[in-house]
Amino acid sequence: MAAVADATAPVATIRSRVGRPVVVGAILLVWLLLFAVFRGRQTLNLAAADLTGLHRWLNDVNDSIGANRNSNPLFLYFFNEIRLVIDNLVTFVQSLISQPTGGRPVPQIGWLGVVGLAGYVSWAVGNWRVALLAVAGFTFFGLQGLWQESMDTLALTLSAVLVALLIGIPLGVWAGLSDRFNRIMTPFLDFMQTMPTFVYLAPLTLIFLIGGASAVITTVIYAAPPAIRITAHAIRSVPQTTVEAADSLGTTRTQQLVKVLLPMSKRTVVMGVNQTIMAALAMVTIAALIDAPGLGKTVVQALQSLDVGTAFNAGLAIVVMAIVLDRVTTAAAARTETRRTADGRFTGWRRPLLGAGAVAALVLVYLSHTYVWAAEFPGDGTVGSHIASAADTATGWLQDHVSGLTNALRDALTNGLLNPFQTLLTDSPWWLVGAVLAGLGAVLGGRWAAVTAAVCVGLLVGTGLWSDSMTTLASTAVATVLVMLLGAVVGVWMGRSALADRLIRPTLDAAQVMPPFVYLVPFLALFGATRFTAIVAAVVYAAPVAIKIIADGVRNVPEATVEAATSAGCNTWQIITKVQLPMARSALTLATNQGLIYVLSMVVVGGLVGAGALGYDVVAGFSQGELYGKGLAAGLAIVLLGVMFDRITQAAARRTRA
Amino acid sequence: MPPAQTEVSRPRDTSEDPRDRTPVISVRRLWKVFGPKADEVPGSEELCGLTRRELMDRTGCTAAVRDVNFEVSNGEVFVVMGLSGSGKSTLVRCLTRLIEPTAGEVVFEGEDIRGADPRRLRELRRSKFSMVFQHFGLLPHRKVVDNVAFGLEIRGMSKAERVKRAMETVELVGLAGYENSYPDQLSGGMQQRVGLARALAGDPDVLFFDEPFSALDPLIRRDMQSEVIRLHHEVGKTMVFITHDLSEALKLGDRILIMRDGKTVQCGTGDELVGAPADDYVRDFVKDVPRGDVLTLRWIMRPAGPDDALDGPELGPDVVVREATRAVLAAEKPVKVVENGELLGIVGDEEILSVVAGQDPGREGGA
Repeated sequence: MAAVADATAPVATIRSRVGRPVVVGAILLVWLLLFAVFRGRQTLNLAAADLTGLHRWLNDVNDSIGANRNSNPLFLYFFNEIRLVIDNLVTFVQSLISQPTGGRPVPQIGWLGVVGLAGYVSWAVGNWRVALLAVAGFTFFGLQGLWQESMDTLALTLSAVLVALLIGIPLGVWAGLSDRFNRIMTPFLDFMQTMPTFVYLAPLTLIFLIGGASAVITTVIYAAPPAIRITAHAIRSVPQTTVEAADSLGTTRTQQLVKVLLPMSKRTVVMGVNQTIMAALAMVTIAALIDAPGLGKTVVQALQSLDVGTAFNAGLAIVVMAIVLDRVTTAAAARTETRRTADGRFTGWRRPLLGAGAVAALVLVYLSHTYVWAAEFPGDGTVGSHIASAADTATGWLQDHVSGLTNALRDALTNGLLNPFQTLLTDSPWWLVGAVLAGLGAVLGGRWAAVTAAVCVGLLVGTGLWSDSMTTLASTAVATVLVMLLGAVVGVWMGRSALADRLIRPTLDAAQVMPPFVYLVPFLALFGATRFTAIVAAVVYAAPVAIKIIADGVRNVPEATVEAATSAGCNTWQIITKVQLPMARSALTLATNQGLIYVLSMVVVGGLVGAGALGYDVVAGFSQGELYGKGLAAGLAIVLLGVMFDRITQAAARRTRA
Repeated sequence: MPPAQTEVSRPRDTSEDPRDRTPVISVRRLWKVFGPKADEVPGSEELCGLTRRELMDRTGCTAAVRDVNFEVSNGEVFVVMGLSGSGKSTLVRCLTRLIEPTAGEVVFEGEDIRGADPRRLRELRRSKFSMVFQHFGLLPHRKVVDNVAFGLEIRGMSKAERVKRAMETVELVGLAGYENSYPDQLSGGMQQRVGLARALAGDPDVLFFDEPFSALDPLIRRDMQSEVIRLHHEVGKTMVFITHDLSEALKLGDRILIMRDGKTVQCGTGDELVGAPADDYVRDFVKDVPRGDVLTLRWIMRPAGPDDALDGPELGPDVVVREATRAVLAAEKPVKVVENGELLGIVGDEEILSVVAGQDPGREGGA
């Protein structure tokens, strides 16, 4: 690594004279030349069933923790207690809405009660339109024959959100008030947000075992950061003048918080609740891998047996739940804004109406508690089986009629782009790839990015999964390139045309609330179980965020500059390439950063549908005891890749801004 | 600007003013230094002598307020004027310790408020002084009346009482009928009236204004200035007013303190600044002021010579030139300036015209 650090110094001086693209080109050229010479040597290849010392050691750790779980004081008095509390909470919520309890063959509140409550709550916090949506959505779960699975997912999500907010909002308020605490929290939160959902699972099973409780704990860890971050941001964005004015009137700190800061942050905090709920739903579905009950489990089982119809039906239920939860919380956020401007006549009626609604909802709850017809969803989910068979038919049709096209596309991309690149990465000696990554880090991000890249390369070698990491890296890089192409084209279009923006943005917003999981299903139908499926799903998953960032970047180019360019006689193409894209280049680097992180998380989830490499190692680690250590190491490798991507692109983004 | 709109004709005469002249606020050797070794700067003779830039280079500190001294009398409108970065906003925040001063004394009604503990400071803020801010600082989630009552609410006043008091104040600032609106439904000028009402509701002894009208349109600004003058007549509060606008300073201020780079450049009445600027900076500043609107006869009279006829009409020395113009020009003989029966000097057509004619080129810029 010393050699790497030395190599960056001349690079830095060269850069000032010859420009970055030339240096990047030179690095890649040198790589290709050395690849030709050293091909196939020191590639650190490891077969699927082989283990390294680290993996075996992790297995031993797992075994010894398993053996001492009830004697080690740390577990006895700390981890087990947490697990117990969460387990009680989950069991309680499940007994309310999803699982049979205490001698009853059905949960305490049956479907009618849940639908009534969902409608009432949506109406009370939002408006009647989202209430209708909630009622329709919840009824749809029953019609799909997925009532219990949906309620399990909902129960886990609600439990996790409750705990996440109980922890997250106070911490967020603290971070909003105290600069020091905020400085401590920020890097921590940054780090947690770059982690793919996947990697939280394995280490937590080590401590909390598998099942609903650890699923909720994982979800809390994943979903609390947005709540903390957004609450802190909300507190911090209360205008300084207002705080000062309150100060000048002699408020105490408590009065300041209760009467000024909290009320003024309310709307933003509700948006944070929305983010927390969406993150929790995404994680709860993925937690099916550690045996969490619910819709995710149905999808995972169906994916593993390549049963597209069932996966589609359950995936659709997840989508519907995501839409309902998102719309209701968004309406709640809007409501905190508009309530005070509503006219007096209506607000006068609101209180009695709310009371009446509450009574009606309680009657429905009582009915569903008492009568079987209101407790168990009637029918046998025929709609669900119709959906499943329709999806199967469609898949069959697609495979019969479009497979020529899709296969051609898949083969072209696989053979033309993916395979050569992957070969280059996996067949180069590890030190060569490491030097290239550090060199690129130095050129694009500066000295610290290079050091981070070098350290990550070293640790990746240490995990014993170098070759798998390179395969994942290849898929991630290819998918990111596609994301950026798509992002640039659509983003520039949206940035330039208000009409396009209005038409496309709602779709992007909707796409962003979907748990990553459900993206796999349609592409599994189209492309079968291959790497390529994961890559396409990753592109579709990551594109919305990249498109939005680029569109905003292009839109933020000052009108006057574009006007000046037009008056100088630029044509449209020249305006885009010479004015708008260069001026939006910090948005482009930011989009690359986010695109990489999103793609990485999806590429590893693709391990479920045959994407292989690190994602597969993680999944295999859950199902086979002897591969547990390897799965854990793979999770670590994913983290290292994520950190490396994030640091280099962040540093590059800072540079383009400077 | 038509001359009729420049309201500087209020009597500035102090001799028969019934107001109590003991200072409400005395500021002595006040310093505010930002930076790593802020405490060392005011004590060190060497560092005190440096300019702002030199101080920044030497110590990394910024001296926002440097050795400022002044006193504000009861019922007075005291204006602190300076351009942006002159330290005037920092100065006013030091007076209520919204910013902690680095050194010096701020004596309020005989008490050095730098010695006040947090509880005492809160008490002072709740009952003795209040502040109006440039960007209003209203609470968007509260109605106008609840914004106005906010200061009373945090004192623990009962709801009925504070609403009653707030409604009176809302009426006083001319917002009757808007008490149930929310701030974002009001125009900027009306929002600032809410800010004003909030400051007045607690019936403080001193009102601080931090550039309250800078964010408003010129016409509304003029309305609000008149409003402040009216309120000052009605409630007679002591006011400390920060502005960067010289015409606003001249219009409102009994006395004006001009700041530059944190230091006092000059402190005096409006006609003193215009008639006897302390240095080129002030001279440049007041260059475009319509002098006839500010100067009094005291500033332009000449001693009566042996040739002068002394049987013309009499005027007091504190009559503003613009108001005397017609009388002087109409009189055949020079006007005698007389105070308490004593002849101070005389003013003829020549003196009047040199002021009135001399001011013309600067008129547009002076607004």
